[in-house]
Amino acid sequence: MDLISTIRVAFRALARNRLRTTLTMLGIIIGVGAVIAMVGIGQGADETIQKQLANLGSNMVFVSSGSRNFGGLRIGWGATKTLVTEDVTAMLRECPAVASAAPGTQTSAQVVFENDNWGTRITGSTPEYFDIRAWPFQSGASFTQDDVTTAANVAVIGDTVRKNLFATTEPVGKTIRIGNLPFLVVGVLEAKGQSPAMSEDQDDNIVVPLTTLQKKITGQPWLRFVMVSAKSRSASYAAKEQLEALLRDRHRIRPGMDDDFTVRNLADMADLAKESSQVMTVLLGTIAGISLLVGGVIIMNVMLVSVTERTREIGIRMAIGATEGDVQRQFLIEALVMSMIGGAIGVVFGVGLAYATYFIGGWPILISPAAVAGAAAMAMAVGIFFGYYPAQKAAQLDPIEALRYE
Amino acid sequence: MSTQQSISVAIGDFAARAKSGPDAVIQVQDIHKIYSLGETQVHALRGVGLEIMRGEFVAIMGASGSGKSTFMNILGCLDKPSSGRYMLEGTDVAQLDKRQLAAIRNRKIGFVFQGFNLLARTTALENTELPTLYARIDKVERHRRALEALKMVGLGERTDHFPSQLSGGQQQRVAIARALVNRPSILLADEPTGNLDSRTSVELMEIFQALNDRGLTIILVTHEHDIAQFAKRNIVFRDGKIRRDEAVTNRAIAGEVLKTLPVLED
Repeated sequence: MDLISTIRVAFRALARNRLRTTLTMLGIIIGVGAVIAMVGIGQGADETIQKQLANLGSNMVFVSSGSRNFGGLRIGWGATKTLVTEDVTAMLRECPAVASAAPGTQTSAQVVFENDNWGTRITGSTPEYFDIRAWPFQSGASFTQDDVTTAANVAVIGDTVRKNLFATTEPVGKTIRIGNLPFLVVGVLEAKGQSPAMSEDQDDNIVVPLTTLQKKITGQPWLRFVMVSAKSRSASYAAKEQLEALLRDRHRIRPGMDDDFTVRNLADMADLAKESSQVMTVLLGTIAGISLLVGGVIIMNVMLVSVTERTREIGIRMAIGATEGDVQRQFLIEALVMSMIGGAIGVVFGVGLAYATYFIGGWPILISPAAVAGAAAMAMAVGIFFGYYPAQKAAQLDPIEALRYE
Repeated sequence: MSTQQSISVAIGDFAARAKSGPDAVIQVQDIHKIYSLGETQVHALRGVGLEIMRGEFVAIMGASGSGKSTFMNILGCLDKPSSGRYMLEGTDVAQLDKRQLAAIRNRKIGFVFQGFNLLARTTALENTELPTLYARIDKVERHRRALEALKMVGLGERTDHFPSQLSGGQQQRVAIARALVNRPSILLADEPTGNLDSRTSVELMEIFQALNDRGLTIILVTHEHDIAQFAKRNIVFRDGKIRRDEAVTNRAIAGEVLKTLPVLED
């Protein structure tokens, strides 16, 4: 029998048992749908992360004070006291790949404006901080180098802080209290959203001059991080090496000892993000594999029942001239049609699901043709793989026995 | 008699073939068939030999267990003999593989069964077309041949009915049309009247006789003596052997028998 006739016969056979066919396809529909939706959401998230990383400024190199061993107890970043302002001066002087650097430290504090108060992160840094992070202002401007020199009580606030303390009031020119000290708000930053590397709200932040934070709030003269801008994107690798060599030298770290700082450039962070998205992909692949496997087993089971039910039909077809190949193809194509239609519905369902999460949750999605093609190919493979045995069983029937089957 | 006329028009092919081919359609020599059921062996056929000429109308009779069904399955290429030779139109069937056997069933043999064996929820026309699908005949020709075959059996108008919408006699006519659609050399009918009332049975025999008159070789298995009388030759099986093989002397003509039967009004 030719292929078109075989496909037509398959469609009619499936249409005869609509409910059963639908239920059989459900496994594939859910499997493929879940994969499409999750890959769509995953790739969307991945793309957002890559964009945000690019947003950080592609030349950026991030130096943080490192972990340290306190009698077997390892303390996370920012725990060491060895990274100091003099290191930054040395960086600018001795590392040719470095264009500019913004030293910084952080603490958290309660901030008060009139009747509202808000707990937030306080970052101390220099005006270069905003340049290196390519962070524009929605109103006002940065504090100046003079403010840093004089340890002035001025502050630049993030968008989340603005929302929580000021609502509709214009913050610039207002005075807020950080701890017990009054600060004049000089600028408000644009919203930047979640941080890609540390998954924290970047806008939940107040930036004050470094010296003000060190002297008046924390009383700690060391730094937690230095944001460095390399001269170009390609120079960021050289900058990383130069910074590491410089800091090991300045901190007197002998060969074989652990660094008391960490230097990461943007490429490293991008790799990190890629790695986590690869883990995600493997996870999704596993889920996809399992649900398609289950869908395939359902198809196989129903096809086996169908072969038994239609034993007499198979006998008739063989008696009037169907070869084993004809019978095998007929049942294989039936399984294939089910898995392919299931796959197609699954794709539609998955895309729908992805868009639903976009509209409801606001998560970015990205439906790639490769994912759709991959899912379709998987559905097809499942149909062939799990349809083969029932089809083989049908083809092996003895026509005489089959004709006698009641 | 419009049925008779349409048969005589459409059947020309069989007559043409009858003139050109060799005389013996079926030559069977010393066929044995042994089934093993576990330890015990069942000797279904114990040395059967016969020759059937083109244009014959043979009725095979015998009690159940006599081996006639086994013999029919072998003739129909659904089963192979354990030993012995079966030549179909000069071809040694034992030499053929499964694919070739399927092709023979498709093109040289037309089957008619007791239980009609039509595909449910498939129209009369599509049921009739089925063998042409496996013969890979193109769509237009398929359609033409199926309609022609249905006309031959007097079902030119009910082509889009499902089997469940047809009477037993009509269903069996569809089955005959299906058996004829690939223009076979022989028609094998296994108790075709077993599920039909006597008038419908005779009507069916009228079709068989008309087809045979136009040159089609027919082999009919039956246990009804009346039905066997419509054939030209009767072969009786007993215990896996042919016990009697004789020409029918007082042959019944279906057209005339029908005139004596009361027409049932319903």
